[in-house]
Amino acid sequence: MFEKTLSQLATDLKNKTISSVELTQAYLYRIQEQDSIYNSYITVTPELALEQAKQADMKIAAGEANPLTGIPIAQKDIFCTNGVKTSCGSKMLDNFIAPYDATVINKFNSAGAVMLGKTNMDEFAMGSSNETSFYGAVKNPWNIKTVPGGSSGGSAAAVAAQLAPAATGTDTGGSIRQPASLCNLTGLKPTYGRVSRYGMIAFASSLDQAGPMTKTAEDAALMLNIMAGFDEKDSTSVNRSVPDYTTDLNQDIAGLKIGLPKEFFEKGMDPEVAKNIEAAIDVYKKAGAEIVEISLPNSSLSVPAYYVVAPAECSSNLSRFDGVRFGYRCENPKDLEDLYKRSRGEAFGPEVKRRIMIGAYALSAGYYDAYYKKAQQIRHLISDDFVNAFKKVDVIMGPTAPSTAFNIGEKTDDPVTMYLSDIYTIAVNLAGLPGMSIPAGFANNMPVGLQIIGNYFDESRLLNVAHQYQQLTDWHTKSPEGMA
Amino acid sequence: MEWEVVIGLEIHAQLATKSKIFSGASTAYGAEPNTQACAVDLGFPGVLPVVNHDAVIMGAKFGLAVGAKVANRSVFDRKNYFYPDLPKGYQISQLHHPIVEHGKMEIELEDGSSKVIGITRAHLEEDAGKSLHEDFEGMTGIDLNRAGTPLLEIVSEPDIRSAKEAVAYMRKIHSLVQYLEICDGNMQEGSFRCDANVSIRPKGQQEFGTRAEIKNINSFRFVEKAINHEVARQIELIEDGGEVVQETRLYDADKDETRSMRSKEEANDYRYFPDPDLLPVELDEEFIQSLKVSLPELPDQKKHRFISDYGLKSYDAEVLTAQKSLSDFFEATVKAAGGEAKLCANWIQGELIAALNKNAMDISESQVTPELLGGMISRIADNTISGKIAKSVFEAMWNGEGTADEIIESKGLKQVTDTGLIEKVIDEIIANNPAQVEQYRSGKDKVFGFFVGQTMKATQGKANPQQVNQILKDKLKG
Repeated sequence: MFEKTLSQLATDLKNKTISSVELTQAYLYRIQEQDSIYNSYITVTPELALEQAKQADMKIAAGEANPLTGIPIAQKDIFCTNGVKTSCGSKMLDNFIAPYDATVINKFNSAGAVMLGKTNMDEFAMGSSNETSFYGAVKNPWNIKTVPGGSSGGSAAAVAAQLAPAATGTDTGGSIRQPASLCNLTGLKPTYGRVSRYGMIAFASSLDQAGPMTKTAEDAALMLNIMAGFDEKDSTSVNRSVPDYTTDLNQDIAGLKIGLPKEFFEKGMDPEVAKNIEAAIDVYKKAGAEIVEISLPNSSLSVPAYYVVAPAECSSNLSRFDGVRFGYRCENPKDLEDLYKRSRGEAFGPEVKRRIMIGAYALSAGYYDAYYKKAQQIRHLISDDFVNAFKKVDVIMGPTAPSTAFNIGEKTDDPVTMYLSDIYTIAVNLAGLPGMSIPAGFANNMPVGLQIIGNYFDESRLLNVAHQYQQLTDWHTKSPEGMA
Repeated sequence: MEWEVVIGLEIHAQLATKSKIFSGASTAYGAEPNTQACAVDLGFPGVLPVVNHDAVIMGAKFGLAVGAKVANRSVFDRKNYFYPDLPKGYQISQLHHPIVEHGKMEIELEDGSSKVIGITRAHLEEDAGKSLHEDFEGMTGIDLNRAGTPLLEIVSEPDIRSAKEAVAYMRKIHSLVQYLEICDGNMQEGSFRCDANVSIRPKGQQEFGTRAEIKNINSFRFVEKAINHEVARQIELIEDGGEVVQETRLYDADKDETRSMRSKEEANDYRYFPDPDLLPVELDEEFIQSLKVSLPELPDQKKHRFISDYGLKSYDAEVLTAQKSLSDFFEATVKAAGGEAKLCANWIQGELIAALNKNAMDISESQVTPELLGGMISRIADNTISGKIAKSVFEAMWNGEGTADEIIESKGLKQVTDTGLIEKVIDEIIANNPAQVEQYRSGKDKVFGFFVGQTMKATQGKANPQQVNQILKDKLKG
């Protein structure tokens, strides 16, 4: 049962072969039994989940169900959940009970979905390995010595370990796609502005976007149907109608123009990963897609530009954690300055501090033009590269990550190497485009992800392209050893 | 040495929106601490600002009223600094692309001439909360009701040359924002306050001296006193061989002095950058034009209309239009009186303002409404009562004794215009005072006043003065 997709579970619920309460109980039991291995949840909410499941069963009985009614899912601990601890993976918010629901949470609640709990994550979503979490590293179910990727590593591990049939993630520089790649999942980062950021604790406001992490593209479409939409509480959400993302899944992809950026294939990619990516492209070729070599000439600038813009925004976004109104406060502060320094010094981890320092420096008087302003200019160049590319092609493909999952502890002492884990995903955030990662084979028994990048608001096409691949391959159906 | 004073003002006008600039919480003044601060105002994790369109419109209206360029695209920036009453650790303001730029305001100087003060810019921003240092035994309380209240910061060019000019400019802006109904102008509640940048330079020198900024002045009187004090301090400092340092100073009204808050060296680096949570504010030309058309009559326009339509003197028109509420009172009074604008102007500037001042009341609290006052003035105009009797009618109206007509009726104050009756009284007085009659007829014109007085006394002041004069003149000729 735990191998089932959302759409299969929805059918079971509809046919009443299982109730939401039974399904929820089964997952809660499995989490209790197994999560000590993976550490994928920070908070499990059994009482709330069973209450929601009971409500869902009533809805189903009354014939008022929609596809996600009664389905248990996991929420990344970055989304505020009313009355439930919302830690963002940080000691700073270890005592924080959110007083309201994020818009994404609201939407899942209205749809009748059941929340199993809140998943582990890199502290304030800053990391690519889930090792910066205050709650400890998360283990990759494919090999528990390795990382699941990050920052949505808890969500990825939970779905891969079948501790939830699907989960939400957020992606600022690759935080949905890279863990999806490392854990053999389908992950979608929508166009910036497609999903409301209200109630999603901000890391870098101009880059953050929430999206689904699922077993299949079809499940991602079902999740996005719930998550997407304009929100008057988020000025950066886009007021544009939301299509039914399941409608176009079965469109024929013959004649699809796939762009392969030569910069993605030049160097830096693990040769075993490269083989899998080439094989995946071949599948598309055989299905009638046309392959076009393209260039994204400024893509080499994306990591440096990102590591100015994202820390700059985070340095300001995290100023509110000052020990005054909520969250961690140091013991017996001497005075105001001591309160600030020790509360922040004691509660933020080293990666968060590093980024705050970089960001504050990049924004400071005399450096702003050289760093922040320059980075924004580069951002425009990177966006223009994509705009030009999409004049010639329908989608762009390449690897999601340069390698498969690395060992826990392997890169923690070398932040720059860690930052390069997101070398293929970051440009997509800088440009605000939608991107996906889908399972595309194994290198040394570890999952490899194929990245598919689409034009603005072209999520339907991305899901179609991903779904068609999943009709022709079975990588996405593979589970770690010992699981069905 | 002769010194020239150079002043620039930054006025903070609280915009009269119902809700805050980036949240739905109320802006009403005086609520219990922290009862009007929602999750957005408290800077909770995950919350986002949404700009209040009314605040944008109010900012744009101000720009149009001072002949400025209203930006088609203005941008909100974050000003980063830590303070307990600043919940997010940054204030949302506008640095590089303010909503208003390049305006001007004409002020009247004491010698009757006028002068134009440039308005560099006006930008939208959110207010911070309040730190309460009393009542908490060594601790500090934070009230975030005010956090997120919309402000328009109006920055002048350094065109002001004296404390008096600064006051005139501030009054003019104060009047304007109330006309535009974008600010209630309440200075006690902090809805209208200013910072003054003050420097001095030897007369004739081109470059500016080093300036000091005096923060948070909340009355016209204090602006004048604070600037004069600061100018004297700077002159004394320089003449004693010292130097002015660039710093922020606080005016202490109790001691009538300014003192240093922080110097430039300690100043924050605010690390401004565009707020990624907010989109630029876009106003197209068509919308700006429609706003322009919808602007109400402004003080200067109204003043000129009062002069041309009502025949008022420039000075009277200036006084009556300085406050919108006063000008509205005047026009309502004229309407109720059926004309008689000059009489209305005199009564309002005389008796009415005196009564208000005596009772420390605002025009909106006046016991005598425009309808009451106009009704009384029309009785002066139609000779039912004299101006002198009217003063007692006014007093009775102020005390709530009814309309002028009711008071005239109940107190029997109706003017005597019956020629026969007045002649009879005068005949008696002439008969009883032969000596004075003799004096008058021998050329002592001054005695005439004696007869007027006697006649008015005999009629309890009710005799029509013009008629009394005429009849007395005729009869005394003999």
